[in-house]
Amino acid sequence: MAQTERTFMAAIGDEDSITGLLLAGIGHIDSHQKKNFLVVDAKTPLSAVEDAFQEFCKRKDIAIILINQHIAEEIRTLIDDHDQAFPTILEIPSKDHPYDPEKDSVLKRVRRLFGE
Amino acid sequence: MSGANNRLAVFPTRMTLSVMKQKLKGAQTGHSLLKRKSEALTKRFRDIVKKIDDAKRLMGKVMQVASFSLAEVTYITGDIGYQVQESVKNAQFRVRAKQENVSGVMLPAFESYQEGTNANELTGLGRGGQQVQKCKDTYIKAVETLVELASLQTAFVILDEVIKLTNRRVNAIEHIIIPRYENTIKHIISELDEQDREEFFRLKKVQGKKKEAAARDTLERESRQAAEGAAAKVAGSNGEALAAVVADPSLALEEPTDLLGGEDEDVIF
Repeated sequence: MAQTERTFMAAIGDEDSITGLLLAGIGHIDSHQKKNFLVVDAKTPLSAVEDAFQEFCKRKDIAIILINQHIAEEIRTLIDDHDQAFPTILEIPSKDHPYDPEKDSVLKRVRRLFGE
Repeated sequence: MSGANNRLAVFPTRMTLSVMKQKLKGAQTGHSLLKRKSEALTKRFRDIVKKIDDAKRLMGKVMQVASFSLAEVTYITGDIGYQVQESVKNAQFRVRAKQENVSGVMLPAFESYQEGTNANELTGLGRGGQQVQKCKDTYIKAVETLVELASLQTAFVILDEVIKLTNRRVNAIEHIIIPRYENTIKHIISELDEQDREEFFRLKKVQGKKKEAAARDTLERESRQAAEGAAAKVAGSNGEALAAVVADPSLALEEPTDLLGGEDEDVIF
């Protein structure tokens, strides 16, 4: 099955989050020298984030995309448009931005479904 | 409403009726099965939603702890971000998807596993290596939580889709297919009844005509017989009279003279 090919996790986040995740060992550089993570700081243009996100979505070897919530906010339309089951998009809190369940697109859907 | 007259364009025969009845039965069975499936999925869905809610909150805490331990590392070792990013080669922490079957729906469940050697073994060797290892363990735990959450979330998305689909099917069967079959059956039955009545009426009519014809026949025959009888009688009485005339010679003889002698008023010549 196609899903068995998906073994990696991708990450888009600020430097600290990425460092931590890489320390856990999710980082991977494939034979084309493509990284599966993107460090976003104040200087990173929005288009770079969008491109990276779309590329991760297209890649067939990525099962989960981790993205900092404050970055997810900036590309919210892209995330809301993503309706496939794979890869799964997971919004994670960052050091400077505490987790806000109100903004999570999945939790928003949950709330909408139960009419709260 | 157009749905009330909604029926299949079939020829009303007894065979179509039995086929339609079978189809209706099939649709009802399918409807109850799908309904049960949807209920099972919804139950599962609610469980998952609850778990997601809890897991998201847990994730918040876990990531906070992890960030804090990274801050400790930075405090002791200095910034290791660059070093860590550069030493990335192969993913050590990977996931694989297992399939779980819930009422015929395949739900993926991610499972994390370690592969290869520790890439950051030498990070912070100069000082604070222990802190780095601790931080690494914390982050691995955090990512495991994330993986768990991701499988829940995937299951959520897939289940959401499947439940919508199933409910759509249930509603389509309940509100369109079953009424359509019912209408068709009703239509066929009424048509068949109508045909029956027509046939009955036709038979009655034929019978009536036959009876009428038979009655006319008998009447005719009777009247003919009566006429024949009467004729026979008349013939019989004539014969008698003749015999009487023959028997009475004076009458027979007188008669012609009478006829000649008597003047008739209306005889012109």
